[in-house]
Amino acid sequence: MTRVIPPNVEPDDEYFWDGVKQHRLLLQACAACGTLRHPPVPMCGRCHATDWGVQDAEGTGYVHSWIISRHPSEPDDQARVVVLVELTEGLRIVANLIDVPFDQVRNEMPVEVCFREIDGVLLPQFRARSGEGFTPPGRPT
Amino acid sequence: MSRASRVAVAGSTIIAGIGQTEFSKYSGRSELQLAAEAACSAIADAGMTPADIDGMVTFTLDTNDELLLMRSLGIPELRYWSRTPHGGAGAHTTIQHAALAVHGGAAKAVLVYRAFNERSGRRFGQPNARVTPPGWNWYLPFGLDTPAKTYSLGFQRYMFRYGLTNEDFGRYAVVARRHAATNPNAWFHDRPITLDDHQSSRWIVEPILRLLDCCQESDGGVAMIVTSADRAPDLPNRAVRVAAVADAHINEGNVMFNYYHGDLAEFPEAQALGRQLYEQAGLGPDDIDAAMLYENFSPVVFLQLEALGFCGPGEAAAFIAEGNIDLTGKLPVNTHGGLLGEAYIHGLNNILEGVRQIRGTAANQLSNPETIMVAGGHSGLILQPAS
Repeated sequence: MTRVIPPNVEPDDEYFWDGVKQHRLLLQACAACGTLRHPPVPMCGRCHATDWGVQDAEGTGYVHSWIISRHPSEPDDQARVVVLVELTEGLRIVANLIDVPFDQVRNEMPVEVCFREIDGVLLPQFRARSGEGFTPPGRPT
Repeated sequence: MSRASRVAVAGSTIIAGIGQTEFSKYSGRSELQLAAEAACSAIADAGMTPADIDGMVTFTLDTNDELLLMRSLGIPELRYWSRTPHGGAGAHTTIQHAALAVHGGAAKAVLVYRAFNERSGRRFGQPNARVTPPGWNWYLPFGLDTPAKTYSLGFQRYMFRYGLTNEDFGRYAVVARRHAATNPNAWFHDRPITLDDHQSSRWIVEPILRLLDCCQESDGGVAMIVTSADRAPDLPNRAVRVAAVADAHINEGNVMFNYYHGDLAEFPEAQALGRQLYEQAGLGPDDIDAAMLYENFSPVVFLQLEALGFCGPGEAAAFIAEGNIDLTGKLPVNTHGGLLGEAYIHGLNNILEGVRQIRGTAANQLSNPETIMVAGGHSGLILQPAS
């Protein structure tokens, strides 16, 4: 089975994991200038405001890069696909791609967020976006 | 600080001595003992005694306490110490700290060291079992629990952008192991590999890295002595001038998780590093006779060759395949076998090879190299003969 190392929630990312519990993908938004930040930092690098709120991400994006993650020394451990998703908002986030066979994972494929409990830990995951008629771009030669 | 004074900092200091233990998979002794042994040989190589050493620089990740090392060596008085963050990304930063301390008068001779039992003790390549450092919540729960995985997520975009396969990376590994094969100091001495060997080694992170793309886990210690260039004539062994030394970091950059800057097929930190090094030394890529390039994993060589201007974007695979990084090539790279072939002493052993090449004492000695770059993407230096 897939083994998940649970997050060790900290003051600066508690909002995110609280959002996950409600099946929401939350992005940190500067209260003063509106700049979105992920991963979060406690001060806006543009305007230095320390007040911030959260914004629900649209939950859509594209696979920017990906790997197949296996345990290096325990082959029975189930592999999963780790993806770096470029969100529609222009930010990138690391998560997993599910319900896509390993040999069909492609850069730039459209994905959407969903929430799954894996090894007892509720995590944001991404799946192929439905209704997009995606044609894998293939690797350039 | 003005441009002129930055150049002076670099040009005014030398690496006066180098030392190391053997590189192995089981040292059989403590990390402190490895540090002390390496330091002792570096001090002797510089023609100094422990009483001449008044500064120390190591990595924040090094477990060896400065005061215990000081006692072990019998150094009577220390006036300066510092540590550099982010592991191998700061390997060359140690020399920058030491050079600045000497140039600024904080210390006369600085011992730079790194020693660990990274194979027989805590293995860097094994998965993290829990989230500990700040910020890792974004990665570990999703499976990015080893350096091979965290770096591969960036490398994959580079492969996609230029249509590379793992076989392209294998051509670098073959060169590194060929260089190691004729270096008695290398763990993989006398054990070259073929591209077939590489392609039949097991996947570590599919479809990016195979076993033979990964640096070793090693036990060992290395040390160097940095001092003022005006002492060069008095030294028993040839001194090597630090012609340039720089650190380079960018906003939205990262080391283990460098996913957030614009184009992951580029290495903007290494581009910034190259600009600084060339400006300080008044040189360009064509002036570099050989390069020691940090490679925890083989793709890092590709990204650095392009970012440092040795070839164009996307050209590293062809540059390597055409033999340019061989001992007889246009730009010999990792003449000791690199971190894949010699050992992984967190990149600091690459600086020792740069010194040996300038001195003329390398196992795979090049013909009178005058200018060597040693770089690790986020930090690096240029070495030249002191006189």
